[in-house]
Amino acid sequence: MTSGDKAPVRMACGSVRLGVNGEAVVLRPSGALWLEQHQTLVVADLHLEKGSAYAARGQMLPPYDTAETLRRLQAEVDALTPQRLILLGDSLHDGQAEARLASTDIDQIDQLSRGLELLWIIGNHDADGPRHLPGQTLDEITIGTLILRHEPLPAPQQGEVAGHLHPCAKVVGKGRSVRRRCFATDGQRLILPAFGAYTGGLNLRDAAISPLFAKPPIAAALGKDLVHLIGWTRLVADR
Amino acid sequence: MERPAPSLPPTLPSPFQDWFASKGWAARDHQIAMVQRAQAGRHVLLIAPTGGGKTLAGFLPSLIDLSQTPASERPEGIHTLYISPLKALAVDVARNLMAPIEEMGLPIRVESRTGDTNLSKRQRQKANPPDILLTTPEQLALFCAWDGARAYFANLKTVIIDEVHALHGSKRGDLLCLGLARLQSFAPAMRRVGLSATVEDPDRLRRWIAPRPEVADLVLGTPGAPPRIEVLLSDQRVPWAGHSAQHAMAEVYETLKTARTALVFVNTRWQSEFAFQELWRLNEDNLPIALHHGALAPEQRRKVEAAMARGELRAVVCTSTLDLGIDWGAVDLVIQLAAPKGSSRLVQRIGRSNHRLDEPSRALLVPANRFEMLECQAALEAVAAGALDGDPSRSGALDVLAQHLMGACCGEPLSSEALFAEARSAAPYEDMSQQDFDDVLSFVSNGGYALRTYDQFRRIVIGQDGLWRVRNPQTAQRHRLNVGAIVAGATLNIRVSSGRHGGGRKIGEAEEWYFEQLTPGDTFLFGGEVWRFEGVSGMDARVTRSADKEPKIPSWGGTKFSMSSHLAERVRDMIMDRDHWQQLPGDVQEWLGAQATHSAIPAADGLLVETFPRGGKHYLVCYPFEGRLAHTTLAMLLTRRLDRLGVAPLGFVCNDYVLCIWAMKPMGGLDLDELFQQDMLGDDLEAWLDESVMLKRMFRHCALISGLIERRFTGAEKSGRQVTFSSDLIYDVLRKHQPNHLLLRCARADAAVGMLDIRRLGDFLQRIVGKVQGISLPKVSPFAVPVMMEIGREAISGAAQEAILEEAAFDLISEALS
Repeated sequence: MTSGDKAPVRMACGSVRLGVNGEAVVLRPSGALWLEQHQTLVVADLHLEKGSAYAARGQMLPPYDTAETLRRLQAEVDALTPQRLILLGDSLHDGQAEARLASTDIDQIDQLSRGLELLWIIGNHDADGPRHLPGQTLDEITIGTLILRHEPLPAPQQGEVAGHLHPCAKVVGKGRSVRRRCFATDGQRLILPAFGAYTGGLNLRDAAISPLFAKPPIAAALGKDLVHLIGWTRLVADR
Repeated sequence: MERPAPSLPPTLPSPFQDWFASKGWAARDHQIAMVQRAQAGRHVLLIAPTGGGKTLAGFLPSLIDLSQTPASERPEGIHTLYISPLKALAVDVARNLMAPIEEMGLPIRVESRTGDTNLSKRQRQKANPPDILLTTPEQLALFCAWDGARAYFANLKTVIIDEVHALHGSKRGDLLCLGLARLQSFAPAMRRVGLSATVEDPDRLRRWIAPRPEVADLVLGTPGAPPRIEVLLSDQRVPWAGHSAQHAMAEVYETLKTARTALVFVNTRWQSEFAFQELWRLNEDNLPIALHHGALAPEQRRKVEAAMARGELRAVVCTSTLDLGIDWGAVDLVIQLAAPKGSSRLVQRIGRSNHRLDEPSRALLVPANRFEMLECQAALEAVAAGALDGDPSRSGALDVLAQHLMGACCGEPLSSEALFAEARSAAPYEDMSQQDFDDVLSFVSNGGYALRTYDQFRRIVIGQDGLWRVRNPQTAQRHRLNVGAIVAGATLNIRVSSGRHGGGRKIGEAEEWYFEQLTPGDTFLFGGEVWRFEGVSGMDARVTRSADKEPKIPSWGGTKFSMSSHLAERVRDMIMDRDHWQQLPGDVQEWLGAQATHSAIPAADGLLVETFPRGGKHYLVCYPFEGRLAHTTLAMLLTRRLDRLGVAPLGFVCNDYVLCIWAMKPMGGLDLDELFQQDMLGDDLEAWLDESVMLKRMFRHCALISGLIERRFTGAEKSGRQVTFSSDLIYDVLRKHQPNHLLLRCARADAAVGMLDIRRLGDFLQRIVGKVQGISLPKVSPFAVPVMMEIGREAISGAAQEAILEEAAFDLISEALS
């Protein structure tokens, strides 16, 4: 029996360890995925330069989203010192995002890539990958029993780890509702929350989600310093 | 109206003299005065009670001027612009104005334009302007952003602003005042005319109306007969707590029967639903009683208003939606259910009855609980003394200025010097610093961020001529879609379900949070009927008609208004002055007496703090009488301090009079002077505020008004939730990276005034220095009972809650009096 078959465990750091397709994975409160055995850190949907994409259309959102997202990513790298960092697609918000990056943010990406293997999985927002930034661009990658790609394939998939959907979990209690970014898994596949500072979310109860899973998934919602596992029946739709 | 027509002064031309004479009326002194001020070219503020011919007085100079120049000789364009806070009022005034115009055969074209006016009529008005246009503040903001507005309004002679008292102290008023400054630059000779109900400080309104540094002339109407107000002394005992006034409903119904038409005012929509249902339960005579509140569908409200105008209704249960507006001659009684919270609001509401100046208005106040009994008595005495609530002074909101500057630059190229001077001619902005203005202008242009990466994406750009202009027509179009300073909470349409996908008749709307507590199958009260909640699709809450008589989920909202400082002071004085007690009903006197025996009567300028154990917990109850908002802020700050002092506070509850905190450990031994020290408004406040959800909500409002986030897009509208979500993300990022950004400053300022009542709390803490009286009691005191009964009130729901409450209340009361 591998560690990946065990029941979910809450770790001292607030993360949750559970098994996906027989592989042990750690779901971090930051929204990052830690594959400890492979010393690999995975984050999805950074959407760098989303703020400036809105500004270009005349809506002046604060320009600090890239810096904020990279700061959080650097904190995860500092905490775990991975050998490999995988950005699971939609890392750049659009095709011109790279050109809009501030030089300080480019420096930050350089620093992130130092001493590790940086992989950019392409997504629908960044289909060409970065042109000048460090790292290697790939369509998808297999790690152990898992295959990592940006956009989940339709119908249940064994061992797929994807992003793209920006899943969120909503629960109601004491007359109030709380809506948080979350991981979603049925033990066979895993969807990652969006990591970017300006990324909204799709409710897990949305019709687009359930066809992806063989059985109702559980949500691993991101609390302040803890990941909370929430069963399907406790989740509510947005209205 | 029966009164002889004396000979009119020569200021009225003959058609007008004849018209007044034909009605058997005399032009009133203030109407004549308004004509004289117009001839002198003066800006003017008219303060007159309802029913004093105020509207006609406002229009009379324009009608005279227009009647004396043939249409062919007049310069093209609008002569008089009338602005009212209510769409319905603009439409109603159009109707009323048509009577004299038609009867005198005057060649004057009057039209109205609101958000509801259809596109073809709007286009016609733009191509072929009427002489008099009646509209709303939001339309004025739109006019300012028109390309060609300067030429359109070049010949504007007069602008009339109705209900100034209701507009001036709000963001809507700020936007209107800036709009007036814009109009003044289009038509420098334009005269401003303000119409207002009686206010505490007329000079403030005179400054508000005029282009600063000018001050408008003041014209006063004849005051009406003093109103006849009574407080209902119920045969039933006045309840210890609660807001529904259920105990008095049978007596209210009997009083309704004595009136021709009554307006029954309540403070919240849910109280109105409750009162409406209770009155119909008692309505054996089948009196036509209707319901009117802001969440009902507009068609439904229009129907009630029309039936009212035709004199077909005996009573309307209503909220502040009828505080302003159309005059209904038939109303001869106003009932205020639950305390009015301020004397100005009460005077305004009483003014809705009996629009004949020579007869007194009749009003009945119905207190819902014992503290409200005191408050109603205080309000009655305040009105008798002619004492009104003062408005706190405020300066213009900078998010509103941002919207205005954007609009101005959509209309025409402007220099920053001209924009600054123009904004400072609006009273709310007259003391604005150059620095604040520059920050706002920079925000409008590129977001105003310390990180200057957006210079290439400016919304307004400066040309070689040194003038600011909108970047392109698309940006201007998007701005025009989003003008206005009213930000509604996220609401859902309530639709009668016609199948799985909704799409049925809309019966109204309600806040999103309300539906979050319902599960499909729950029943609730709306528009006086019981509905079954079926679910939500998109922006619609789907409901079906229910056969249930009792809703499963009623709402027990208290008041949304906070008691005014002025009334609070009167209540405090009344409690301290034992001679005053005799004017109160017996059970309230007994209650006050019991408080004196078991604890102490709070001193008028001090603070009584009681501590006692109960049910394994320890309670601290104090009596500031400073209103719910200030109490909530105080309770939050005290809780933080108590936490640091190690007494492990568990929760708190507040109402307008009292606040109560409970904890694991006793609080009797604490140094109260230190606990209530003024320095809590420093670091503690900062720290708490930055964590609070409320500040995020305030930020969302500022982000919407300032144009950082758009509400409306061509085609579709983002749902409230989507906007909330994205503004929260922006808030988090901005707070971390640029905590002094303009919009965060705006949000903090709004919270301090609107939600926290910081100034009032500061005055209170100052007042009680050295006068905090602590009493350690063995058990709950009579004064503490009402607030103790509110603990957990919000969590209780279902038709059984009053019974549960009653039971709980019974134990508390016997404990307090034993």
